[in-house]
Amino acid sequence: MTDNHTAATSSHGEGPFIAAIDQGTTSSRCIVFDRDGRIVSVDQKEHEQIFPKPGWVEHDAAEIWTNVQEVVSGALAKAGITKGDVKALGITNQRETTVLWDKNTGEPVHNALVWQDTRTDALCKELGRNVGQDRFRRETGLPLASYFAGPKIRWMLDNVEGLRERAEAGEILFGTMDSWVIWNLTGGPNGGVHVTDVTNASRTLLMNLQTLDWDERILSSMEIPATVLPQIRSSAEVYGYAKGALEGVPVASALGDQQAALFGQTCFSKGEAKSTYGTGTFLLLNTGDTPVNSYNGLLTTVGYRIGDQAPVYALEGSIAVTGSLVQWMRDQMGLIKSAAEIETLASSVEDNGGAYFVPAFSGLFAPYWRSDARGVIAGLTRYVTKAHIARAVLEATAWQTREIVDAMNKDSGVDLTALKVDGGMTSNNLLMQTIADVLDAPVVRPMVAETTCLGAAYAAGLAVGFWRDTDELRANWRRAAEWTPRMDAATRDREYKNWLKAVERTMGWIEEEH
Amino acid sequence: MAGSIQSVERAAAVLRLLAGGERRLGLTDVATALGLAKGTTHGILRTLQQEGFVEQDEASGKYQLGAELLRLGNSYLDVHELRARALVWTDDLARASGESVYLGVLHQQGVLIVHHVFRPDDSRQVLEVGAMQPLHSTALGKVLTAFDPVAHREALELERERFTPRTVTEPAEFEGVLDLIRARGWAADLEETWDGVASVAAPVHDRRRMPVGAVGITGAVERVCDDGEIRARLVAAVRDCARAVSRDLGGGRF
Ligand SMILES: Nc1ncnc2c1ncn2[C@@H]1O[C@H](COP(=O)(O)OP(=O)(O)OP(=O)(O)O)[C@@H](O)[C@H]1O
Ligand SMILES: [Mg+2]
Repeated sequence: MTDNHTAATSSHGEGPFIAAIDQGTTSSRCIVFDRDGRIVSVDQKEHEQIFPKPGWVEHDAAEIWTNVQEVVSGALAKAGITKGDVKALGITNQRETTVLWDKNTGEPVHNALVWQDTRTDALCKELGRNVGQDRFRRETGLPLASYFAGPKIRWMLDNVEGLRERAEAGEILFGTMDSWVIWNLTGGPNGGVHVTDVTNASRTLLMNLQTLDWDERILSSMEIPATVLPQIRSSAEVYGYAKGALEGVPVASALGDQQAALFGQTCFSKGEAKSTYGTGTFLLLNTGDTPVNSYNGLLTTVGYRIGDQAPVYALEGSIAVTGSLVQWMRDQMGLIKSAAEIETLASSVEDNGGAYFVPAFSGLFAPYWRSDARGVIAGLTRYVTKAHIARAVLEATAWQTREIVDAMNKDSGVDLTALKVDGGMTSNNLLMQTIADVLDAPVVRPMVAETTCLGAAYAAGLAVGFWRDTDELRANWRRAAEWTPRMDAATRDREYKNWLKAVERTMGWIEEEH
Repeated sequence: MAGSIQSVERAAAVLRLLAGGERRLGLTDVATALGLAKGTTHGILRTLQQEGFVEQDEASGKYQLGAELLRLGNSYLDVHELRARALVWTDDLARASGESVYLGVLHQQGVLIVHHVFRPDDSRQVLEVGAMQPLHSTALGKVLTAFDPVAHREALELERERFTPRTVTEPAEFEGVLDLIRARGWAADLEETWDGVASVAAPVHDRRRMPVGAVGITGAVERVCDDGEIRARLVAAVRDCARAVSRDLGGGRF
């Protein structure tokens, strides 16, 4: 019938299309979308995870840029289209991961420091002075933690020889991966634009949430010269035009991956929330035009800003380790051959056999923010098998979600009626059911699992008039699946108590260095 | 041993020898170890080599186990892996067709639903992952029966219940239906399981062309059919989806 068709393009029209680049923690991908927000083609490539020491995680930014170029060409080729069919290009990225490069050669001066990297723990304590973790919270909405970009910049300025002098002389540029990709796309050393968007900038610990500009006082406290910083722009506007393979295509959006997922899930109204299950898990709640302070360990962050419209803020619960725990079971423990097999192993038993796994590999993120925590498996007896551990691995993701949802309820005063989910782990049916069970609320998956790319595509499409407004986008949202809770309250309460006991046992493992 | 075939026994002995101890052996080593003539041994090794079970190192001329053997040991496809690979394409099928999508595999004497995507309207629907469907009357079941010999044996052995007046239960007629499915590459269920409900499905193959599952859509007859036949557009969409998933199964690990 249609044998010589490629399946990916057969039921789609002639275009035009929007392409989105998702520069992620484990891979870079490019997806081409049609006007209905349907996927036309996908190309993806993993990059190396570099672990020079315990707690250190790096990426080679040059490798990433090469991969980005490859997946863009790959996705266009698979869709059977050329750059002329692409109306705009959107960018989304792993957040906080920090790269510094030479403005004249385009060479990174050091491997990028990845968001999971904890080498700046001691520096963050020092920066807290007598105030502590919340020294910059009022301005930035964030606690002082190694997770964010600012301290990573400072670490490189202190540790790469001669870098501070070169930075002060204006030879060095800083960027999160959005800036790095956009600068290279738009010409690199030959006229590349040096910009970032409000969502990425809101993760540096350097941007003031009220003014949406770099905060002079924090810059001087952290000893970061303003000359290295990109210009902060909105999330949806034309920053410049691509050079090279995509010559002339407008580069028209940038959003941190979690904010992009919020956008792709069309959570455009105050009170709407989504949770994305990937390497880590991030629950974002749209709080409308006001930044809401958190008293329960959540982050206040920018959700998105379309052109010159007012910014939309969000409360965020960040969990460092969820999907990466499954990867650890596969790569480091060798208990499974693929991530999906965790479900097979976990389904071979009825429960966790009394075992609880708290994966505080890089300390605990929300709601605790404890960099001195490290992972534990609690409740071990001789009865426990690898299948029970697999179950505990999935339950860890569910209970961490529960902790975040509880904190959200306290901060926002809104009870969650249903949780919208997306990301790679949503293909795990047992996990989704477990989350519904421990939240005692329905879990809903939308029809496009790749909401991160979709969000970047939506923002770019809005910027060039491919889509009219957010209402048009909202109409594209479809429910693909829904899991309803079926755990009895007594079990839920008992298990939650056990989980919290296990969490307590992770804290204080790392002794103070000074 | 009654009925055993000598050359198969000898081939098995060669494989066992290559699997144990020293990894690479020359022709003479193999012949001596098994007490066989060199000519006979060479014939066995050459045949095994053609099948990919044995490989010969070009430089040294020595033999070792081949890649095909490793593949044989790892051939079982995890159903959750299948779901993960199918996710993007089944979502797209639901949007393109406007109907609910199911992915099924053979399990005991029926079809186990391993993935389900809701019909993209706002109606209340219940996730049917884990449910079983009959082999002989549903589109998913008939696809598996037509393409998977194990499913075929199950479908012939079990009692084929008549769910509706249209259910095919007679062996000869059933085989005729399966022949047509093999020839066309897809199966339909026109009110053969549930009144008022039609479905269409196509096979998902892994990289060695083994049928590992079936994917299809199910919906009300008045939407899915036109003049008593499944709409051609929907058949094409289902087959495109099955091909896309099959292609994805040929790739590297997740
Ligand atoms: N079936 C599954 N069950 C459990 N975990 C899974 C499953 N499939 C994928 N994962 C996990 O999901 C993660 C991949 O999901 P996804 O691609 O959404 O991640 P991501 O965080 O967006 O990655 P990146 O940062 O590279 O974009 C991996 O950590 C993997 O271990
Ligand atoms: Mg991602």
